[in-house]
Amino acid sequence: MIEIRFHGRGGQGAVTSAELMAQTAIGSGKYAQAFPSFGPERRGAPVTAFLRISETPIRIREKVYSPNVVVVLDPSVMNVTKVDAGLKDDGLLIINSARSAEDLRKQYGFKQKIATIDALHIALEVLKVPITNTVMMGSLAKVCGVATPADVREPLLTRFGPGLAPRNQQAFERAYENTNMEG
Amino acid sequence: MSVTDSTKPVGIEVSLAIAEAVKLAEAEVIAAYPITPQTHIVEHLSDLVADGELNAEYVPVESEHSAMSACMGSSAAGARTFTATSSQGLMLMSEIVFIAPLLRLPIVMAVANRAISGPINIWNDHSDIMAVRDCGWIQMFVENGQEATDMTIISFRIAEDKNVMMPFILNLDGFTLSHFIEPITFPPQNLVKKYLPAYETSHKMDLNKPISIGLLGAPDVYTEARKATDDALVASKPHIVKALDEFEKMFGRKYNLVEKYRTEDAETIIVTMGSISETAMTAIDEMREAGEKVGLVRIRLWRPFPVEEFREAIRGCKNLAVVDRHIIMGFPEGPVATEIRALMYHEENRPKITNFVLGLGGRDVPRDHFKYIADRAKAEGRQGHYEIVGVFE
Repeated sequence: MIEIRFHGRGGQGAVTSAELMAQTAIGSGKYAQAFPSFGPERRGAPVTAFLRISETPIRIREKVYSPNVVVVLDPSVMNVTKVDAGLKDDGLLIINSARSAEDLRKQYGFKQKIATIDALHIALEVLKVPITNTVMMGSLAKVCGVATPADVREPLLTRFGPGLAPRNQQAFERAYENTNMEG
Repeated sequence: MSVTDSTKPVGIEVSLAIAEAVKLAEAEVIAAYPITPQTHIVEHLSDLVADGELNAEYVPVESEHSAMSACMGSSAAGARTFTATSSQGLMLMSEIVFIAPLLRLPIVMAVANRAISGPINIWNDHSDIMAVRDCGWIQMFVENGQEATDMTIISFRIAEDKNVMMPFILNLDGFTLSHFIEPITFPPQNLVKKYLPAYETSHKMDLNKPISIGLLGAPDVYTEARKATDDALVASKPHIVKALDEFEKMFGRKYNLVEKYRTEDAETIIVTMGSISETAMTAIDEMREAGEKVGLVRIRLWRPFPVEEFREAIRGCKNLAVVDRHIIMGFPEGPVATEIRALMYHEENRPKITNFVLGLGGRDVPRDHFKYIADRAKAEGRQGHYEIVGVFE
């Protein structure tokens, strides 16, 4: 089982990312579970969402305390939240940032491997809005091997409809091809 | 194509899956008022009705008190009726909730369990349902999304059974179950139609055959009416078992009144209700690997309480660790522990019973809680008073 925690701000789609990845995994015959850190929805406030993907049925409903992977949709969250809390030693951070992994490590003291993607740039270029969810899904899918562009096609279509799905698919694929993995 | 047409598991939020199950059950009237965390259920139902996927009357009432009143009216007119609520909504409708069983109206209500105020809290525990514990409805607690979906369909079948004719509350944990996306296999519509035929009753308000229901029960009949309602509730148990057995035959998923998990040779048994049971099972797997003789008993049917099935499930254990998600103010133990202790009092060989209160107002319930509970119960923990687990010192 792989446990993933998403950090973002209300409105950026952290919850949607977790949900869509769960739906993608379930659609491809795996077991998965996604849920938000429940609370009154506030646009702009730090938001956490959780995702578990497994080859066997998942029988646990606690929050994710020791994730294998942390996905950061908004780099400013790192200034107010310890995003690597509980992250496994052999875990991985996937961060939306134009900066280098080395640079981020120096500032925040991360000990685990880091993957970076300039998701804001891709989102603005492809989606024309600063919503980084489908971009970050592309990075996560690539570096963790949990989904391919073909796997997400149907879930994206169901969620965004024929008008917006192609652009989200493109955003996913851009990240899938362009994530910088450390080491 | 509708999501319920899929023969494969679908990743869907549990609230929406319940609404889809209400659609499969072909409910005819839905009267509801939105309240967190139940809102997504009735929101989705209003979509299904508006989109023509469900041919039902959706009554957007102005309060929960009106919701239950409208449900009673439609059920009394012979319509298959559904509503859903939570917490303060259940409090507001409670005046009407207690009347439905006496009138033998087979309404189905999902309660996305949420703490009651104060302080104001929108998160999960069982204080809402415990406040109306004695309302006379059949009450079940479900564990996961698949069960919530299946049980929505089963609940109509049980409630409308001519031998039952009682309203049914389906308890599901707010947020920690209602807002989870998980894989759910929808029972096929053609089989649901067979399992749950259209609701027909002669016990209804009919302009051509006028009757009166809900009349004054003066001292000369009140006691008899209350006793008759209790008798009807208790007598529903074998019919509940039958409905569950037939569901298994048609759909392959087995549901018991009380579930046992690794209780063979267990010295300590943890007793739970609702979705924390899954986390408890994982904790028990880990404890078993460490050589601990620990098991789990989950109460699915809460009313009528499955007395014999529960006694059988815990037979032979030394320590019983009963989990409550509610505090009875001014009493030393929670409702589940109080009832179990009362049931066990007459047993010659009864286990030591310890009571743990946890997961109030959305406080997370991690695996460690169950390990702590098992250890404390084994050491015969605190006797005669509940112990709170997972509080800030």
